[in-house]
Amino acid sequence: MSIKNLTEEELEKRFHDRIEKGEIIEPKDWMPERYRKQLIRMMSQHAHSEVVGMLPEGNWITRAPSLRRKAVLLAKVQDEGGHGLYIYCGTETLGISREEMLDGFLTGKAKYSSIFNYPTLNWADMGAIGWLVDGAAIVNQTVLAKCSYGPYSRAMVRICKEENFHHKQGYEILATMMKGTDAQKQMAQDAINRFWWPSLMMFGPSDKDSPNSGDLLKWKVKLFSNDELRQRFIDRTVPQAENIGIKLPDPLLKWNEAKGHYDHGDINWEEFYNVINGRGPCNKQRMKQRRDAHINGEWVRDAVVAHEEKKKSEKVAA
Amino acid sequence: MTTDTQWPLWEVFTQKKQGAPHEHAGSVHAVDKEMALQNARDVYSRRNEAISLWVVPTEAITASTPEDMGSFFDPANDKAYRHPNFFKTPGAKF
Repeated sequence: MSIKNLTEEELEKRFHDRIEKGEIIEPKDWMPERYRKQLIRMMSQHAHSEVVGMLPEGNWITRAPSLRRKAVLLAKVQDEGGHGLYIYCGTETLGISREEMLDGFLTGKAKYSSIFNYPTLNWADMGAIGWLVDGAAIVNQTVLAKCSYGPYSRAMVRICKEENFHHKQGYEILATMMKGTDAQKQMAQDAINRFWWPSLMMFGPSDKDSPNSGDLLKWKVKLFSNDELRQRFIDRTVPQAENIGIKLPDPLLKWNEAKGHYDHGDINWEEFYNVINGRGPCNKQRMKQRRDAHINGEWVRDAVVAHEEKKKSEKVAA
Repeated sequence: MTTDTQWPLWEVFTQKKQGAPHEHAGSVHAVDKEMALQNARDVYSRRNEAISLWVVPTEAITASTPEDMGSFFDPANDKAYRHPNFFKTPGAKF
């Protein structure tokens, strides 16, 4: 069957049938413009988040407490950069250039995950980020690995393998501190007190307030709602917290036998919207660091291009 | 703000172990082939995922299109006799 003679409506119906059957959409396949646009928005934000995610942890590389921890943190931050690159290259298959995406990022038009606008105040925060932030990311990304767009799904498979190291190294930091002095235990607890709620916010607005969820679920870009994934993360994390004697700062957190899930307290959505809309503790600093890095790297990019042009002209002359 | 280019795109193929085929892993941006190889190593083989890498300029790849998926591949559709289970071999073990 040739699809060349089909009308827009027929094409869209065929697309939805394919999605229903669980088929994977590849870059050259016909797709509705809205599918393409939503994927570009979601994937580029995801890539930007990986890149910004290097900043809060990069902040502690020079102050890691041992050579082992330093080597690990360095590898983790390098992975985050790599994850950004996997997803950028996946997004480019949708017909947007790397330049356009970077431009959206550096001008502040495109968003990134709200979690990276929180400061990392002490070493225990490296534990909290690995355990909670990467833990939440794994829950999200494991599901995205089964999404309907091939290049996104393949990038997620690769990322999930690497995130497990991030997750466990964070937990190990906290487990070690929880066996330490009172001051160390307190430091670990303080980090969790600050990062628990923002980590829950990483799953996005509650289902009733999530404007993009409907289409994304219909297209199988998302397979579960924000609240379902949040619940999955909570259910998984509470026993891990109990295991090392750290308290999650929610007095309403309680196992609900009937539901088979943990009940939890209300999320402060006002804080969430403030942070996404640029009024979080570190938004300005993160954007400035990103822009400075781009500007400071310009001479390197220029030199590389100049070198390449010189090589080309030498070839022509010869 | 970003007027500078991010350089040409290269497709990366990785071979996981000896004897295995090279498989598409993703892509990188690089100004020349040496840089493309180095970037491919840093992006797609930080954990020994590859023992060999190919990088190919994306624009050098010609691919079939989904539109001609049917007519392009259908010459193979009616030739079941190209498969061994097409043949009746009563009683014999192979």
